[in-house]
Amino acid sequence: MPHVLVVYTDDEPGVLTRVASLFRRRGFNIHSLTVGPTERSRQARMTIVVDAEEATVRLAVEHLRKQVNVLEVQQLGDRPKVVRDLALIRVAAGLDVRSEILQLAQVFRANVVDIAGDSLAIECSGGPDKIDALVDALRPFGILELGRTGAVAMARGPRASPERPAAAPPPASNQAMSV
Amino acid sequence: MTRTGSHTGAQLIWECLIREGVTTVFGYPGGAILPAYDAMVGFDIRHVLVRHEQSAVHMADGYARASGRVGVVVATSGPGATNLVTGLATAMMDSTPLVAITGQVGSGVLGTDAFQEVDITGITLPVTKHNYLVTRAADIVPALREAFAVAKSGRPGPVLVDITKDAQQGRAELDWEAAEPIRHLRHLPPPLDPEALARALELIRHAKRPLILAGHGIQMSGARAEVLTLAERADIPFALTLLGLGAVPATHPLSLGMMGMHGESWVNKAIQEADLLLALGMRFDDRVTGKLKEYAPHAKKIHIDIDASELGKNVPVDVAIAGDLLAVLRALLPGVEVADRSKWLKQIRGWRGDSAVRDIKNLPDDGHLYAAHVMHDLWRLTDGKAVVVTDVGQHQMWEAQYYHHDEERSLITSGGAGTMGFALPAAIGAKVARPEAEVWVVAGDGGFQMTFAELMTAVQEGVKVNIAIINNGFLGMVRQWQELFYEGRYAATPILSPDFVKLAGAFGIHGQRVDTRADLAGAVAAARAAEGTALVEFRVEQEDSVYPMVPAGAALHEMIRRPSASAIAETGSDPV
Ligand SMILES: Cc1ncc(C[n+]2csc(CCOP(=O)(O)OP(=O)(O)O)c2C)c(N)n1
Repeated sequence: MPHVLVVYTDDEPGVLTRVASLFRRRGFNIHSLTVGPTERSRQARMTIVVDAEEATVRLAVEHLRKQVNVLEVQQLGDRPKVVRDLALIRVAAGLDVRSEILQLAQVFRANVVDIAGDSLAIECSGGPDKIDALVDALRPFGILELGRTGAVAMARGPRASPERPAAAPPPASNQAMSV
Repeated sequence: MTRTGSHTGAQLIWECLIREGVTTVFGYPGGAILPAYDAMVGFDIRHVLVRHEQSAVHMADGYARASGRVGVVVATSGPGATNLVTGLATAMMDSTPLVAITGQVGSGVLGTDAFQEVDITGITLPVTKHNYLVTRAADIVPALREAFAVAKSGRPGPVLVDITKDAQQGRAELDWEAAEPIRHLRHLPPPLDPEALARALELIRHAKRPLILAGHGIQMSGARAEVLTLAERADIPFALTLLGLGAVPATHPLSLGMMGMHGESWVNKAIQEADLLLALGMRFDDRVTGKLKEYAPHAKKIHIDIDASELGKNVPVDVAIAGDLLAVLRALLPGVEVADRSKWLKQIRGWRGDSAVRDIKNLPDDGHLYAAHVMHDLWRLTDGKAVVVTDVGQHQMWEAQYYHHDEERSLITSGGAGTMGFALPAAIGAKVARPEAEVWVVAGDGGFQMTFAELMTAVQEGVKVNIAIINNGFLGMVRQWQELFYEGRYAATPILSPDFVKLAGAFGIHGQRVDTRADLAGAVAAARAAEGTALVEFRVEQEDSVYPMVPAGAALHEMIRRPSASAIAETGSDPV
């Protein structure tokens, strides 16, 4: 069963590797992992979707909490939450089917973001199920290219857990890429 | 590179170590760490020059385990740094607080496969608690301060700080206060959960057949007195893990002995029959549990550990308490009631009686030398007061069975990783940490040959350790498995050794060989009396095996028992 974790980390070189390597080493299966900046400087926020048993996920959370660079881990579990995935889909779209595809896109509130001679690129955001459904609906026309971001998630209602401690300045420098 | 500042980066390294209370480092120089070595000359720090960087980590590890302080290692980039990996993994598995400082190529050529460049932070990611790549002099103090804090706090472990050559050569201010580490604080265990404590007390109160599983965490947390109070007040016997040996006195009436694969049969039986297991600072390693499905089937389980990720990892538990053992026990003790569990204790003693007749100690001297005898006699001859540092193999298990440790930090052994070659360097580290202690190495002929170059380190440093080599002509523990599980095909386990007495001579130390039990005491006395490091080679029964044994994959109670003493006398050393 997919579980959604929200992980706040220091925005520092190597943190993504640490987290990914932790999951690999312990044999936890990552379904998707997205990362980006947050409302605060020097902090990154990851959304990790793990496909595993409850007990395994609890362990993954405890392992994450031990990481020096991890500030906070939320396990969204059964809590009401917003989960969004963004997809860009290039679909074969000869003139004969073009209006049909446009209609489909409208039903899914997806936008056309590029038009080429015989194809359309469609952008759609929403819950993973909705995107799966759109992809299924487009498949008969011929999907030429598909890119998905993986889930970004947030619990509904007020901030889900107490204020986390402010980020400390990073103690070590490194010219490698951030996160 | 910053050109202004009161100190060079290299000086900052040593300033930092001194302020962290470091008096000794173990290391090996090289190009990328040369600025640091050059600066070392002006500081009051002892540097122990090893013969191989792997040994430097084991020495720092032995130093840390013997003293409770943080061990420090220094090495150069590339091959110097990669030689640390086994030692770091060993420290990681056994939760030893270490800081390893490595030199790195200049930041300008990082990532270009420059001479002696390796991505050591990448390589050591899984075998360190945390690591740093420092490329500016100004980041040295914050990184090192945090490294010490991380190494010591929570569940201790090794931390690596990789410092580029230009960072060592650059200049920066020594801004100690500004570098106060705080990030690691967010990883300390949360406040104790009173509900969990109450449930634990309830389980203890109602248990008829409770057992304490005593682990390494007791020594690391300094909770010995509290554990004893708990055991005595509630009349609960304890079983010990390998790393737990010494945590509570072996001669304590409630102390049963070691559990697990080579634990005593009555201890494993008690675990399988218990109705409550109180696991204190131990982690249900597979060598301790045997087949998980059949582990302690009747027992409720209370697990107390500082590392929350250990709770419920291998064994599902009824009450899980994440916290420092000392703090948890202090919170629990007021609620622990006086109890009398003599019926349960009597039952365990019954199982023990049955096993005692099988003990090799009961075998009269038949002219053969058995490793078990060596351990038993060594225990007697040193009054059980020595710090014993073992290598890995059969001798390690015999030591655990027959040298009875009453004192904390008196057995130092590689438990989690099982690293051969650990003993000699770790013993040197232990002796450096505790010069007043009598330190014995117990090693096999195989493992000793992995790191015996460190004999020269002991000589150069004027460190006295006494060495017992248990020479059985085999990689004994592997041979035992071949005998039991591979139809006796001894593939690559017979091993030749040099003449150990001559070898000792080559290093300029006392050396002696013992073939019979009658000569044992004299040789031990001579080694103890010798001025510097001394070596005794014990030529023991070649195909002797360690029993009892839980075969891998079997349940804890499905042990291969010790051969009875009479059976050994008749057939040599075959199990029955
Ligand atoms: C570095 C390393 N390599 C291999 C092993 C596997 N191993 C475990 S015990 C053992 C045999 C040890 O032989 P010896 O040192 O002679 O000790 P004995 O078992 O005979 O007491 C081996 C090879 C190990 N634990 N560590």
